[in-house]
Amino acid sequence: MSPKTLYDKIWDTHVAHEAEDGTCLLYIDRHLVHEVTSPQAFEGLRIANRPVHAPDKTIAVPDHNVPTTAGRDDPKNMTEDSAIQVAALDKNARDFGIHYYPVSDIRQGIVHIVGPEQGWTLPGMTVVCGDSHTATHGAFGALAHGIGTSEVEHVLATQTLIQKKSKNMKVEITGKLATGVTAKDITLSVIGKTGTAGGTGYVIEYCGEAIRDLSMEGRMTVCNMAIEGGARAGLIAPDEKTFAYCKGRPHAPKGAQWEAAEAWWKTLYSDDDAHWDKVITIKAEDIAPVVTWGTSPEDVLPITANVPSANDFEGGKVGAAQRSLDYMGLTPGTPLTDIEVDTVFIGSCTNGRIEDLRAAAEILKGKKIKVKRAMIVPGSGLVRAQAEEEGLADIFIEAGFEWRLAGCSMCLAMNPDQLSEGERCVSTSNRNFEGRQGYKGRTHLVSPGMAAAAAITGKLTDVREMM
Amino acid sequence: MDKFDTLTGIAAPMPLVNIDTDMIIPKQFLKTIKRSGLGVNLFDEMRFDRQGNEIPDFVLNQDAYRNAEIIVAGENFGCGSSREHAPWAIKDFGIRCVISTSFADIFYNNCFKNGILPIALPAEAVDVLMKDAEKGANARMTVDLEAQTVTTSDGEVFSFEVDAFKKHCLMEGLDDIGLTMAKVDSIQSFEEQAAQARPWV
Repeated sequence: MSPKTLYDKIWDTHVAHEAEDGTCLLYIDRHLVHEVTSPQAFEGLRIANRPVHAPDKTIAVPDHNVPTTAGRDDPKNMTEDSAIQVAALDKNARDFGIHYYPVSDIRQGIVHIVGPEQGWTLPGMTVVCGDSHTATHGAFGALAHGIGTSEVEHVLATQTLIQKKSKNMKVEITGKLATGVTAKDITLSVIGKTGTAGGTGYVIEYCGEAIRDLSMEGRMTVCNMAIEGGARAGLIAPDEKTFAYCKGRPHAPKGAQWEAAEAWWKTLYSDDDAHWDKVITIKAEDIAPVVTWGTSPEDVLPITANVPSANDFEGGKVGAAQRSLDYMGLTPGTPLTDIEVDTVFIGSCTNGRIEDLRAAAEILKGKKIKVKRAMIVPGSGLVRAQAEEEGLADIFIEAGFEWRLAGCSMCLAMNPDQLSEGERCVSTSNRNFEGRQGYKGRTHLVSPGMAAAAAITGKLTDVREMM
Repeated sequence: MDKFDTLTGIAAPMPLVNIDTDMIIPKQFLKTIKRSGLGVNLFDEMRFDRQGNEIPDFVLNQDAYRNAEIIVAGENFGCGSSREHAPWAIKDFGIRCVISTSFADIFYNNCFKNGILPIALPAEAVDVLMKDAEKGANARMTVDLEAQTVTTSDGEVFSFEVDAFKKHCLMEGLDDIGLTMAKVDSIQSFEEQAAQARPWV
């Protein structure tokens, strides 16, 4: 048998039909659904009088457009449009008989945090969701990617997707990370190197010692932003850490089925002489705590650097860089650590897990914030409960942070959690696009520790100085 | 889905790189539970000020381009969020074709589900088309999906690649779900075999 990559192996296991031109029907093991990109898909099913093909493999949770403030299980405390979308998901989940975690359920949270937490996401699976950050689930060695609403409808109706295979890219992070450098710095640094279109047409497998050393939470952070590099999906081969994370989760297999599953999962790795269409190698020691300065996730610099000038770039990027500098209100040559910050947001499917909150609490313990406002939005009700149990919530509240309920919140700012015009935010989320966190809002992407450090000093700050 | 065969129309030049789906349709317009009516909000934050007045510099607010049916854009068009509201808004505005050097994967697929043709061409070709688009309303481009060509107003012809299956579906206006449901036997036999091999799924 010819050597295969991890992606090849998962792909081959899921082809339900292959046409002569290579167009495949890829079978989908888990379909995650949220309130914003699904109403039109369910409407399509109703019009065509089609059922959900595999309701047992379909899991819904409202997250994008829900308030993160108290009292939200009463629709009167939601904006009208949120209430309509949430009510539509309630009804669709009920009518079509799919698994559902309503806002009132402690297990509710960001779909990409709930999936792994509940054991829906397992190695070797295919996972899709009408959300680009579905790449997160690749941390388990699951082939996971975002789809549009038409494809959501297609998966609901047929449990398959029409796909052609992507190319294989290997991103190896060799050696060990230095203190203060995290999974977020890895994933941003990779995008800084490849650009936001560098991964287009590829599925990335992240490997190397620095990746193996990451916790499952860290691996999810890395894979989460594969899409920001343009890749269809990010993958990390499952190992003992993966199995330990999955074991005992509500929807993970038990007993003999666990044994059988684990035995198969152990075959899920890229063969030594597998073919790669592209290989990128980065030394972990070359990665510093980073921050984005512009309006594209590729605008990445070490925190010790200065704001660049448009002339530092080439081609179409010159104009884009100037536009970014104007939008962000930055002057070339300014040390990044001189940039004053109004707001800090810690949360999102990128960095809203318990490990992220622990990293922030470590820096915030006994300190007070200097920024105008700071918000922590845990990724799920269970993350929130655990943070309260561990005493992290007290640290945040004492420091001056708002301690919110679970949801996507200011990562995409669909709900009332938004920046105002010109407000500068240090955020642990994944996109610094123009207007992403609010009209004319300014976003700097960082790790949770860096966000906590900025909250204390009121400026972009090198977290290593506070450790 | 609307069929796409040939299109002769005005092309709006948008030389910016990395035009993301948040720019194409900002999140406040994702609160709808419908597919229709998003064209008035296309490129909202670039197109209108906060009072709802048109920003005169923006290309689609210029008289020459108000009826554009094609966009010629910088690289990596449609990056970011998977929101299909982006192609819905583009189509609803009246745009049927986007030309760039590269597209983000999810956006590219979403276009074909909505009767929009995304065309990826080398930078030299996009440069020529961008200059042609900058000539304004009298410079109409022609896109021929059957022949896989784009022709400038001066008659310069560029050939493009497109997946044969996607082309077929777009030309015939075919419904993907109907096509897949015709293969339901393959899906069911896959499910039976998978239930044996991986019963925990």
